[in-house]
Order: sequence, then structure tokens, then C-alpha cells
Amino acid sequence: MTVAEPIPFEARLSLRIPLVSAKVQAGFPSPADDHMEKSLDLNEHLVRNPAATFFVKVEGDSMRDAGILSGDILVVDRSLTPKDSQIVVAMLDGDFTVKRLRQRDGRVFLEAENVAFAPIEISENQELVIWGIVTYVIHQPR
Amino acid sequence: MNFALVDCNNFYASCERVFNPSLIGRPLVILSNNDGCVIARSEEAKQLGIKMGAPAFKNEAFFRQHGVAVLSSNYALYGDMSARVMAAMRPVVSAMEVYSIDEAFLALDAAHGEDFAREIRARVRQWTGIPVSVGIAPTKTLAKLANRLAKKTPERQGVLDFTRVTDSDAVLSMVPCSDIWGIGNRFSTRLSPMGIHTARDLKYAEMANVRKALGVIGERLARELGGVSCLTLEEIPSDKKGIASAKSFGHPVETLQELEEALATYTARVGEKLRAARLLAGHLSVFVETNRFSATQPQYHAGAQTTFLKPTNQTSVLIAAALDLLRSIYRVGYQYKKTGLFVTAMSPEGAVQLSLFEDRVDKPAGRPLAAIVDQLNRKLGANTIRYASMGTRDTWAMRQNRRSRKFTTRWSELPVAKA
Repeated sequence: MTVAEPIPFEARLSLRIPLVSAKVQAGFPSPADDHMEKSLDLNEHLVRNPAATFFVKVEGDSMRDAGILSGDILVVDRSLTPKDSQIVVAMLDGDFTVKRLRQRDGRVFLEAENVAFAPIEISENQELVIWGIVTYVIHQPR
Repeated sequence: MNFALVDCNNFYASCERVFNPSLIGRPLVILSNNDGCVIARSEEAKQLGIKMGAPAFKNEAFFRQHGVAVLSSNYALYGDMSARVMAAMRPVVSAMEVYSIDEAFLALDAAHGEDFAREIRARVRQWTGIPVSVGIAPTKTLAKLANRLAKKTPERQGVLDFTRVTDSDAVLSMVPCSDIWGIGNRFSTRLSPMGIHTARDLKYAEMANVRKALGVIGERLARELGGVSCLTLEEIPSDKKGIASAKSFGHPVETLQELEEALATYTARVGEKLRAARLLAGHLSVFVETNRFSATQPQYHAGAQTTFLKPTNQTSVLIAAALDLLRSIYRVGYQYKKTGLFVTAMSPEGAVQLSLFEDRVDKPAGRPLAAIVDQLNRKLGANTIRYASMGTRDTWAMRQNRRSRKFTTRWSELPVAKA
């Protein structure tokens, strides 16, 4: 094969569950045929804005109490404007980090959700770039 | 109506920086797939004097000395980010032409000026992380020129509306003919004997003379410099950065089969164009969309792309890939208005030898190639062939090491955030 795997830019996380279906019985059309609806597509639920949505993998336990564990996949929407108390992916000192954004009295913090991690205050000469807002967490129970 | 040309700034370098913050602020070059030369540069790399096409191996020491980050090209990433940039702009304009992987022409209403351009710029930047420049003008040629000026003049902050320039002739007189879209070095040497050196000269030149020197296309460009729009949005001049084919359906289309037939036809056309230009495509993107002006119909638009391990211009290979992509994005239950494709990552025929040894079965073009290899084996002896093949393999492995991850197209290569 010279053709590489097709690479969708939209997530291919589609879960196809027909809402209504019936096996076709010999000779008789299904009474449900007129009520057939489109399968559920998990993208529609998780991805509001495909062009601005990225998936980011989590490493570390600092967000444990917010239900974000190491190995989880974050659905990150860059088109949303960051607000206080949202969980964000931020660019800090050349790395990506996931934390809760806190703005208090003109001061900005990145807070962990785990008592073992102290909040990080962003000093005035430090550059904080909010890379995107975490809208969903894809977590596999184990 | 005005045109806007939106052009991504240092697109490949910008894509890399979205996912690797440590590359921000330092010189960065991207290497070509096949011959290890520089095909993209960050602003810092340009300022160091690194030229397009500079061979990587000759500059290793220079790169090290100046802390230049060197990456192989990652077309899967660039293709995906390109699709996102285009998707971010599409809903806010009435018409758009994807001109290349990093450029698009937009149709603007008369009321849409620099403020609108700044909004688009901010939106693309926020959604995708990619900085763009916008040039606005009554013709495509002038929009391209305005875009160039916007990029060159930092105080413009990436936006220039040519219709608001007070002394436009003075501006045109500072643009050499070789910098005009579609003229380039080759055509400008035909103009200089006629005393036509700048865009202003060309604008006021005798059209009959221009036609004699450059043909109808040259005449059109000259008229466009004078503000007479000759190139429409759908028209795609033969820029070698990419070839596109797309069309709106006369009536809405619902079935996959109809979409497949249309797309296969467009793909065949692209194959013809590639072979006529003696070019190979390295990357193929396909898109579908519903009628976004219909308020009652459910909306869907999607795209997908693939990278060819071996760049191709074979229609059979292109169609197989295009249809695969189409099937991956097709959804039942929508009334489709348009489908199309574009190919990028072009290389000249004959320049791509890399895969000669790794893939020579089952392809119409593979058989003659295989015959040539066998012939060479007989004529020159096994040693020659072995050396060549090992050499390419080694460089290939090195380049693979320098490629960034496919952050947006592979589950196994997602960006990582520390928690």
C-alpha cells in the first residue's frame, strides 16, 4: 500500500447506536422503518466546535479531585474565552499544564485539585498563555 | 465587492509552535521530505539569513551555532491545521477559495474593512493558534500585494486594506514586478526591456504590449493592478503549491454513491493537471459540506486528509485515496451541496526517488519503475543499487527522528499536559 491510513481532522470517536431498528423479516417491512433516526454520534456531544477542538493527554495526579487522572484524554476547546474557575490547559514555562484557573483581586493562580500540590501564582513577569478550555474528560474506568 | 487574501504567517513553523511552546521565540527551520533542504523558516530563521532551499547537511554547524531548531516536515499536522484555519473562516464569509495549504481568498462585502479583517485574524489565532495576515483589495492580485505589504510592515499588525491607501501609486511604485503574484522572475525579465520595472509601471503600461509579452494572463494581472477585477474567486491560477478541484452541486446530493462519482471525476481532473505540470502530490485533502445558507437543513461540513508515502500523480492511486477519505467523513442524513479535493506537498516528477525500492508491486506506475531497477541492476551491478538504497534509508531514518508528533491525527501521538 502506498496510501497511508486516512487521517481525519475531526475526531473519529463515533458511537453508532441506532435509536430505532428492527431486523427485516422476510417479506414484511419493519413497522419501525418510518421512524428510523440518525445514529448517535459522540462527536456531536463532545465536540461543539471541531475546528477549535483538540485532544490532549494527561500525565500526573494534580487534578485527581476534579476527576482528571493520569492517562485521561481532555477535550479542549480553544474558541472559548477563559473565565475564573474553569479548568484550562495552559502554557507555562515551555510546558503544557492542566489546572483550574483562579482570578482573585487582580492576581492569577493555577490551582491543582489535589492537596499535595500548592497553587501556582502567576507573577507579573511570568507569561501565562491559556491554550484552551477543558470541556470534557474522556476517562476509562479501571 | 472586495477580496481578502488571508495568508498564514510562516505556516509550517507556526503549526509546530502551537504544540511545542519551547520553539517559540527561537529560530526554527523545517526540512523537505526528500532532499533535506530548508522548505520553511520562522521569522527568526529568516533574520539569520537562512535561505529557502538551503541544504541541511551543509548548514548543520551553522544551525548548531545559532541554536536553530531543525524539524522534518509533518504534513499530517500541517494538513490538519490548514483545514482548521479554513473551517474557522468559512462561516463568516459568503464565499471562500482555498488557494493553497496556507492561503485563502475571501469574498468581502463593501462594509467589511480592516476591522472585519482583524476579527478574522483574532478568531483564527484563538481557535487554531495560527497567526495570519490579511490583505484587502478590489482584485485578487492587489489583495495578494496588500497581504505582502501587511506582512512587511510590522505597524500594520498583519492587516492592510488597499482601498484605504491614500497614494496607492506610490505604493505600487515600490513593488518590483518580480514580487507581483503570477509574474515572478521569469516574466519580469520580459518586462524590464520594455521599461516596466514596478507594479506601477505595469499598471500604466500599454495593454497591447503587455499582452504581446505575457499573453492574456499577464494582461489580466496588469488590469487587476489597476483595480479591474478579472480573476474570480473560483478561478484557480496555476500556482504550484497546490491544485484543487471542487464544485457545488446543481441540486443537493444525499447518497454516498453520488458524492463518490463527483469526487472521482474531480480527482481525475487533478491527476491530469498534476501530470501536465509534471508534478507529484504528497498530500491529499477531501472535504464535504452542506448548504450553509440554508436555515432549515441540518448543517455538516468535514474534511480529511492523507499523506502519500510515495508522492504520486497516478489517477488510480489518487482516486482510491480520495474515496477512502470521503467514506471516512460521509454521514447519512445530510443534503450535501459541495465536495472537492486539493493536493499539496508538491514535488517535481523525477525528483522523488526515495520509494523506488520499497514499493514496486501492484501499481500501474510501479511496473515500469521495477523494470528500470532491474535494468540498472544488470547494467551497473548490485553494489551501486545497494549503496543508493542504503543511503536513502539512513537519511529517511534521521528525518523521521526530527519529525514532531502527529498531534492532531493520531491517538497515540496527542500533546501531553502535565497535571
